Amino acid sequence: MMQTSTPARPSIPAPETIPIALTVNGVETTLRVAPWTSLLDAVRDHLDLTGTKKGCDHGQCGACTVLVEGRRILACLTLAVMRDGAKVTTIEGLAADGVLHPLQQAFIDHDAFQCGYCTPGQICSAAGLIAEGRANSAEEIREAMSGNICRCGAYPNIVAAIQQAMGQR
Amino acid sequence: MINFQYARATDIADAVRLSGADPGAKFIAGGTNLIDLMKYDVERPTRLIDISRLPLGSIEETAEGGLRIGALVPNSDLAHHPLIEQRYPLLASAILAGASAQLRNMASTGGNLLQRTRCYYFYDVATPCNKREPGSGCSAIAGLNRMHAILGASEACIATHPSDMCVALAALDARVEVVGPARTRMIAFQDFHRLPEDMPQRDTNLQPGEIVAAVELPACGFPANYTYLKIRDRLSYAFALVSVAVALTLDGNTITEARLALGGVAHKPWRDPAAEAALRGQPAEKAVFAGAADLLLRDAKGFEHNTFKIDLARRAIIRALRQAASGTPQSQSHKKIR
Repeated sequence: MMQTSTPARPSIPAPETIPIALTVNGVETTLRVAPWTSLLDAVRDHLDLTGTKKGCDHGQCGACTVLVEGRRILACLTLAVMRDGAKVTTIEGLAADGVLHPLQQAFIDHDAFQCGYCTPGQICSAAGLIAEGRANSAEEIREAMSGNICRCGAYPNIVAAIQQAMGQR
Repeated sequence: MINFQYARATDIADAVRLSGADPGAKFIAGGTNLIDLMKYDVERPTRLIDISRLPLGSIEETAEGGLRIGALVPNSDLAHHPLIEQRYPLLASAILAGASAQLRNMASTGGNLLQRTRCYYFYDVATPCNKREPGSGCSAIAGLNRMHAILGASEACIATHPSDMCVALAALDARVEVVGPARTRMIAFQDFHRLPEDMPQRDTNLQPGEIVAAVELPACGFPANYTYLKIRDRLSYAFALVSVAVALTLDGNTITEARLALGGVAHKPWRDPAAEAALRGQPAEKAVFAGAADLLLRDAKGFEHNTFKIDLARRAIIRALRQAASGTPQSQSHKKIR
């Protein structure tokens, strides 16, 4: 059946994949991506780093939060090709020498998750928040973490975990 | 997502040239709105021109005592820039009322101006929408229109502009610096966005091939008496049902200059010269505030699900004027409205 509301699309030749270089969790890597490959799909499907989660894939849930040049961003709304040359940190890159990152330990200590699906994004977002150094009170932490949705509703424990990790800075 | 070509612009002239060579091309910077719309098949560019590495990322003082904000300055950097915090706190507050920390780290100043409506029907390609598909009809007028316009709408479109930042820029009389194939021009902020009329597919008065290079702020930033009051369905990370930007200059208790801009109520940030004139020279008191609110809303028209916005806007205007006049702006982290 013809869909009358959608105009005919111009024919666009399939582009070549584009070579890019990324430093992911300290490791330099080169890969070839299509222009539409998101940074999220690049780390999950090309680099097999599946800790970063695909939730909504529309920038509404925060599950795909990673750090690029130390700043928290949403990997699902980022084209990998646009970050050629960037330093990316995912949840897999936070622990050092087998010791959990203070945020990872704090999330365990405070039982700050139930199903765990949002947790990598929550922790990367919290790492970005701590690096920004602007949120101090519980109210400010809640506001600065509002881009990370937890459908299990672990929010009070997440705030407590972040407060604990901030205290260890 | 559909197939598209990718090109990285080497400078502004290159970006303008690449755009002129492909009518289906779009510029991309932060990408937070465009990539989302491409995933929903609403935007279908044949080519993305990556402008994210162009040298448009600085904030500089102008000869007139204002600031020139490069189009690629991220929203978060703009909100937390010392000169913005000190001299234009209304702008900082409005930016921090919008989106999330991650999105503000990505989204650019120019892209914020060019983001598209969040009307459900604009996003849903299975339904008619004059903005997405001119001539197909408006699904919102007789549909779910809780978030839609109460001012300046047309029979073709009742969508609202979703930005918070732009409401503050409208109140501050910002100007938009635009580079095109033939010339560079300045556009007054009130002339940048359009009302829907019979061409809702056009959000702005940008011409083909033109690129936003900067936003310029005049010297007066109203740092003493301002507020950005945003009313929404949840306390954070939601679009405005109604938002109010107020900037005042006071002499004692007399209002000597007044700016009043509303978000969430129209196809563009809404200012009304008559309402602002009704504040100037008057005492900062509730009857004056209410008079300005009534004037601003005199032609407001609700639809089935959003008529509540008219009274909500009236109350929000009065509250915001009181917050600004008393020097107690709305906090964007401590959400209790006082």
